[in-house]
Amino acid sequence: MSRDRKLAWINGLLLPLLNVLTAFAATAVLFLLINVNPWEAAQTLLYGAFGYSEGVGYTFYYTTNFIFTGLAVAVAFHAGLFNIGGEGQAYIGGLGAGLVVFALFPELSPLVMIPASIVGALVFGAAWAVGPGYLQAYRGSHIVITTIMFNFLAATLMVYLMSKVLLEPGQMTPQSRLFPDNAWLPFVHDVLANFGIKVDRSPLNMSILLALVVAILVWFFLWQTRWGYAIRATGRNATAATYAGINQKKIIVVTMCISGALAGLVGINELLGYHHRIIMNFHVGYGFGGIAVALMGRNHPFGIVIAALLFGILYQGGAELAFEWSNISRDIVVVMQGLVILFCGALEYMYKPWLMRWLVPVSDSAKGAA
Amino acid sequence: MKKTAINKLVKGLTVALATGAVSMSALADIKPAVVYSDAGKFDKSFSEAVWNNGVKRFMDETGIEVKEAEPTNLAQVEQYMKRLAKRGHSPIVAVGFSQANAVAAAAKEYPDAQFTLIDMVVPEPNVQNVVFKEHEGSFLVGVLAAMKSDSDVIGFVGGMDIPLISRFGCGYEQGAKYQNADIKVIHNMTGSTPAAFGNPSKGAELTRSQMESGADVIFAAAGGTGNGVYQAAADAGKYAIGVDSNQNHLHPGTMLTSMVKRVGEAAYQSYSAAKDGSWAPGVQVMGLAEGGVDWALDEHNRGLVTQQMEARVNDVKAKIIAGEIVVHDYMSDNTCNY
Repeated sequence: MSRDRKLAWINGLLLPLLNVLTAFAATAVLFLLINVNPWEAAQTLLYGAFGYSEGVGYTFYYTTNFIFTGLAVAVAFHAGLFNIGGEGQAYIGGLGAGLVVFALFPELSPLVMIPASIVGALVFGAAWAVGPGYLQAYRGSHIVITTIMFNFLAATLMVYLMSKVLLEPGQMTPQSRLFPDNAWLPFVHDVLANFGIKVDRSPLNMSILLALVVAILVWFFLWQTRWGYAIRATGRNATAATYAGINQKKIIVVTMCISGALAGLVGINELLGYHHRIIMNFHVGYGFGGIAVALMGRNHPFGIVIAALLFGILYQGGAELAFEWSNISRDIVVVMQGLVILFCGALEYMYKPWLMRWLVPVSDSAKGAA
Repeated sequence: MKKTAINKLVKGLTVALATGAVSMSALADIKPAVVYSDAGKFDKSFSEAVWNNGVKRFMDETGIEVKEAEPTNLAQVEQYMKRLAKRGHSPIVAVGFSQANAVAAAAKEYPDAQFTLIDMVVPEPNVQNVVFKEHEGSFLVGVLAAMKSDSDVIGFVGGMDIPLISRFGCGYEQGAKYQNADIKVIHNMTGSTPAAFGNPSKGAELTRSQMESGADVIFAAAGGTGNGVYQAAADAGKYAIGVDSNQNHLHPGTMLTSMVKRVGEAAYQSYSAAKDGSWAPGVQVMGLAEGGVDWALDEHNRGLVTQQMEARVNDVKAKIIAGEIVVHDYMSDNTCNY
């Protein structure tokens, strides 16, 4: 095997796998400390995620959100941008989806209503990212700072809108009125029922297909188009890209728009797919989770779908754990998810020096260089 | 898990036989449950009050296990609610207005299960709704605050900026103005996300700025944020008013009173009623008349409240109960025009 191929295998598969296993090992130790049998806990977790059709539904429902935010983070990563603003972009994306629904005639065919609403989510998500993108490109304000600030702005704006403007009259919860039926994305259990397959009700809806299609589109965009090439070139070496005639500033703004638009699609899964109204905080955790998903998935759409599935399992299986085991509180579940993020995100390359020494010895790489 | 259920049953039966007083059917019959708010069980506020004064009390008194669920997001609220109903748990207490949609969905799907929803109304035949008239209780502490204030400026620190919290502030202002038409009430909200219910340092900051503007009595309706408010008031030697639970003991000498909202009682009563077989659906409005809200007078604030103040507040309380004073509910029209 050539050195490059070996490196690709190490980076793409072996490292993430080792990282996840380390996280699980650390979780097992944690469980032992609180007198939980890790083996039984793992069984509960897997049963919760895949053991019955409702659980499977929830797993894929969470996965859908993580695919969107993972892709959002990954696209920005490819241009060398660290988009921490997925939370805010998802939140505002949901707002856009909902506003479009309320703005259109309620009698409109779903075939018009739903695509229009998806466009609303894309545009609003992008609009929330264009500001930080512009500030980074033309004013030199660091994207990490501005995107994280925009998260707070989004939260504040939404509280204002939800409690003062969009609030359903006579409602105590800050939520809008219900969307008309024709803006509801079909639930997977309803669709399957049409084919005579009976599964339990769950929030899983057709957004999962949208997520998979978008993942393919992102792959196509990044690796098969000029724009994608320009984004990747900027991310690899901005100076060289500029020298090659790529307008770096424009790329930064455009990339952030795409990234924000992708994050905005979380609003489709959550609002059009499940809650059927604009609610508060439907987005919490997915934007930040998307960073870990992108890191674990090595910024490749295929890897992101797999990593998103892992997070879907952790979310739904974790809920099952907290529900079934009285000595596992929901905070322990958060710790468990945190460990996965720690080992897959922060300590991403911990094993790399050892793996390199073991699998790609220096003599080998010297040969490769020669 | 089956094994533990059998163990529990055996244990329950043993207890029943040993005491002889408890009927066996009661122990076997009800499988109560609770779904806490997504702020968590130990939120130093709402859910914790349900746990302390409702769930824990019921478990201690009856020995009946209450299954607890702690969701982390709204999708999980509905998921847990349906799981509990599916496994035959009933009544299921849903803590907080944000669970209304989940209760509505679960109640339709499981018509045999009984649900008790606190702070919100869902019109289903198997849902018991318990709502509180926070504005009435706030009115009373507003009257007391106006009497206690020397500067004729008082403050209100709310948690999250939502109508429910404005209802506290609006009732408080009405009470204060009822007592003293010239009094100035400074309103501040801690924040715009649920985190605003757990930010004591921001609460202290707002309190200090209100005190700089002259406020000498500050009412906090802000969950855990309130702790910062009470501390800042105590540090400056000014008065603070607690909320939800009786918080008079936190800083004796500067805690003027507390606006008590008995959410735990609602849970406890739901379980007890189910145990006696008297559980009934419908809407229960817990105002001053029903003892759902009240002002707290105990040994910790006795020294701060004169006989005259006590008489006045109780007089106003009687008038509200009698309907002579009608307190405007902020949430009836989302304005505080009274």
